[in-house]
Amino acid sequence: MSKTVSLTLPLSREDVANLEAGDEVLLTGPVYTMRDAGHERALQCLEDTGELPFNLEGATLFYAGPTPAAAGRPLGSVGPTTASRMDFATPQLFKAGIVAAIGKGKRSPEVAKACQETGSIYLCTIGGVAALLAKSVTESELIGWEDLGTEALRKLELKDFPTYVALDTKGNDLYRQIEAASQ
Amino acid sequence: MTDKLNAQAVGEAVYDAIRSCATTLRPDYRAALEKAQAELPADARAVGVIDRILENARIGEADGVPICQDTGSVWVCLEVGEDVAVPGNIFSQVNDAVARAYTDGRLRMSLVRDALFDRANTGSNTPAFCELKLVPGAGATLHVLLKGGGSDNASRVVMLAPGAGAEGVRRAVLDCVREKAANACPPLVIGLGVGATFDKVAGLAKHALLREVGSPAQSEAAAAFEAELLAEVNALGIGPGALGGAPTALAVHLETAPCHIAALPVAINMGCCAMRSASISLA
Repeated sequence: MSKTVSLTLPLSREDVANLEAGDEVLLTGPVYTMRDAGHERALQCLEDTGELPFNLEGATLFYAGPTPAAAGRPLGSVGPTTASRMDFATPQLFKAGIVAAIGKGKRSPEVAKACQETGSIYLCTIGGVAALLAKSVTESELIGWEDLGTEALRKLELKDFPTYVALDTKGNDLYRQIEAASQ
Repeated sequence: MTDKLNAQAVGEAVYDAIRSCATTLRPDYRAALEKAQAELPADARAVGVIDRILENARIGEADGVPICQDTGSVWVCLEVGEDVAVPGNIFSQVNDAVARAYTDGRLRMSLVRDALFDRANTGSNTPAFCELKLVPGAGATLHVLLKGGGSDNASRVVMLAPGAGAEGVRRAVLDCVREKAANACPPLVIGLGVGATFDKVAGLAKHALLREVGSPAQSEAAAAFEAELLAEVNALGIGPGALGGAPTALAVHLETAPCHIAALPVAINMGCCAMRSASISLA
């Protein structure tokens, strides 16, 4: 039976060990936005310097490229982009300390395996509701890679941001469970 | 009497359409979604997901913020009837209109200079992708579609053998939905093109997204095939937000065309739950 859990970021691997695919998780605290160009930059950065502009240990990534500030909020709208495009970099980033990543859609078997091996998780959130999700973001700060525009590295502060566990640490996959349920 | 269109009028219409589309869920999509929600059992998870999609649309309109952070690439199609004259520079103001609308509207700049050799952001969301279409009848219509990357990425063109027939088309649609729907932000509107040539079939699928959501195809055979495909897509149980249940799609819109004796071109273009487009009469 899936449960609803509130978690404060950054996370430890113990925090996520008992979460199961399908659980709803409300996140409060800092996340870092990275998408396609950011992931390429991050791997290059790790190779060159062994670190990123933020502390990787326990950090949560949000695969998102927001619109500029609007309506008195730090971002006009922000929502998940397709996570599978980041599959190439995710196992390495989980090994380097990332504990959770937020996106939408299915991941590769390699990412599911990395969740099991490292004790990290993949969270999904609903795509196409970015004006609503922006209301769960209280601050946004540009912390690097400004030349990438919307793909720059930003630290966002979330408040009860709604997500679902899509890949847990035991190898369960929400999307495959949904697929199996209809067959 | 011949009407003459000019570049400035097209530019202004594109600007206005972008500003309003970015913050507005297409009314026909919204109506179809509300209708679908009313038919669900009250305790279904899908009801809550649809509530969020509708609430998102309300916030977009009330606060003037984009309903999706992916404010898209701009696709423009000018359909010109027989009594309208069009100068060769008709699209010359479009990129300027796009740049102004994306800056003024605080929308996201999502285009890079070259797909392969220079992926630096153009910083203006230009260029727009423009198409001129000559159509029978009178008047001129400008279509402006803000197309998100996720739903366009979940689309495909396949060249089937004619022997694959309706069963082959059915399989192509179901495979595409099964593999890609979770990336395309369901409930979907599935634009389905069948026929013409390799390059034109994708246009059929894209144009199918402009039809009023859920309106049946003109021919009885096409309308029946649409209904059959929609039922099968919804039996996949992917659901709103890809979190299970129904509906996975609100409509399948099929457009067919003549083709070569050797061909059965099929294109699927996904419309997402933040469907944004406008069709404006210009002449």
